[in-house]
Amino acid sequence: MVPLRCDSALQRHQNEAGTTIRRGVACGAMAIVVEGLVKSYGGFHAVKGIDLEVADGEILAFLGPNGAGKTTTIEVLEGFRSRDAGEVRVLGEDPASPSRSWRDRIGIVLQESEAFSELTSRESVAMHAGYYAAPRSVDAVLDIVGLTDSANQRTGKLSGGQKRRLDLALALIGDPALVFLDEPTTGFDPSARRESWGMIEALRQLGSTVLLTTHYMDEAEYLADRIVVIAAGEIVANGTADELATQVAAPTNITWRPGRDEPAPPGALGVVRDDVGGASIEVSSDRATEIVHALTGWALQVGADLDELSVARPTLEDVYLILTGSATQQKAEV
Amino acid sequence: MSETISGTAEAVPATTSPMSRLAHQVGFDLLIFRRNPAATFFTIVLPLIFLVLFTSIFGNETISGDVKLATFYVPGVLALAIISATAVNLAISMTARRERGMLKRLRGTPIPQWVFVVSQGLAGFIISVVMTVLIVVMGRLLFGVSVQMSGLPSLVVTLLVGSTAFVAIGLALTTIITSEDAAPAVTNAVMLPLYFISDVFIVGDQTPSWVQTVGNLFPVRHLSLALRQSFDPFVEGTPFPWDHWLVIGGWGAVSAIITLRWFRWTHRR
Repeated sequence: MVPLRCDSALQRHQNEAGTTIRRGVACGAMAIVVEGLVKSYGGFHAVKGIDLEVADGEILAFLGPNGAGKTTTIEVLEGFRSRDAGEVRVLGEDPASPSRSWRDRIGIVLQESEAFSELTSRESVAMHAGYYAAPRSVDAVLDIVGLTDSANQRTGKLSGGQKRRLDLALALIGDPALVFLDEPTTGFDPSARRESWGMIEALRQLGSTVLLTTHYMDEAEYLADRIVVIAAGEIVANGTADELATQVAAPTNITWRPGRDEPAPPGALGVVRDDVGGASIEVSSDRATEIVHALTGWALQVGADLDELSVARPTLEDVYLILTGSATQQKAEV
Repeated sequence: MSETISGTAEAVPATTSPMSRLAHQVGFDLLIFRRNPAATFFTIVLPLIFLVLFTSIFGNETISGDVKLATFYVPGVLALAIISATAVNLAISMTARRERGMLKRLRGTPIPQWVFVVSQGLAGFIISVVMTVLIVVMGRLLFGVSVQMSGLPSLVVTLLVGSTAFVAIGLALTTIITSEDAAPAVTNAVMLPLYFISDVFIVGDQTPSWVQTVGNLFPVRHLSLALRQSFDPFVEGTPFPWDHWLVIGGWGAVSAIITLRWFRWTHRR
């Protein structure tokens, strides 16, 4: 199990947000502890004994492709799904038998859940306020999610992004210590995603612990203190975005656009992709210096221009694809 | 999954006492009902239209003294309103809420499941009472319908037993309805034939005896007959249709058991 770097996570919080609003956060206090969680459906092993820890006040992104076990795991933690094996503690309690006082401290944004189209946003939030022991004020929550202006509109008339804001408002009204966000931006266009990110960022100011699932690496990188990557039911990486990038020995990509009537590059370069249409040639290698040297040497020799030459370090997206790709491959071999 | 209402001494603020939670939810359930055009049309407008239609088609002659024929249309129309307010409304709306993830969201909140279910029943009862008043007042003003004060106790009991049982029947129906699209079709396929053999549209004396026998197996006919006894000006003394209440209650109890056993909070894809 990868040890949790609670200190660094919290310090980064203070640096970025400039504030240290935390409710009863002592470093080392864990909002979520999972050990050896197993869940199968018939013969399909959705989650194969994963360990996971989320510190109080931390924003953790739980990242993985569709079918990797993200939603199964989060539903076990939310108290919606039973498990086959493993120890799970969420806010100190076992979610397999959720108590009302436990539900009082948890906010959930489901992947798909509509609001009552007969009610306005304000009425929906007010209705949910009545479910909790010590709710936040309705107006304050509408303000946090930015729905004040459309608070008196029937929810059926809200846009997709506004509906997501309402989902978050309904999750926040009970003043939860822990918020689950299950794929909050899936199916959104880029601008709506950016908008949602701003709203989720606001959660940081409220001091809630957040467990966020997503299959977008950029989203995880932007929002979370720490990223846990799950693939084929197993955790394949755990750390900050920077740590993930160094954990994986991802190759550097060297690409250029070949000129007309230009000879093919020597096979020794290890060309991985050569578009027949002549759009680009790509070389992928972890010996970038060597390859660039050989490439430029060959270009000078044959008089090639190496148009649009680029030497790119692996992006987080590449890292993610490598992490989840190898796990999926292993799964296929098993 | 069962909601654990633990015996641990929790400091529960006065605002979250079970009764105030229930009142809170009933208020919103009634608001949602009121703003739902389909539910209000079939529950409020359609029964009133039927009352007008029946008097226009079958006439409204004076039977004896000041008793008008329309008095006997009231129980059937009222049965229709009660069943719409409860079973039909719930079978359709709960299936939709399940399919749209609304029930799952609700289960993720601390609201006790019984508050949510009892609230549906209470809302159905309140709507039934309002419809009784509406139908009786309209019947009285337009068609000279007579009302028996001696029938009032049995009317109140019938409304209570009927709305509770048909709430359970509606919830039980959701266990066999697979999708939101199928909900109105399944509900109507079950209810419409029952209305015809249950003295809702056609009064029993005019139907063959086998139709009445079949109708007697189901709760709809017993609801209309219990209501009819409450309104019947020729009944001596205080009506006490315990046999009809028993059948309606039995259907309600079986439906409640089916609901407790098989009701699903999430949509199965």
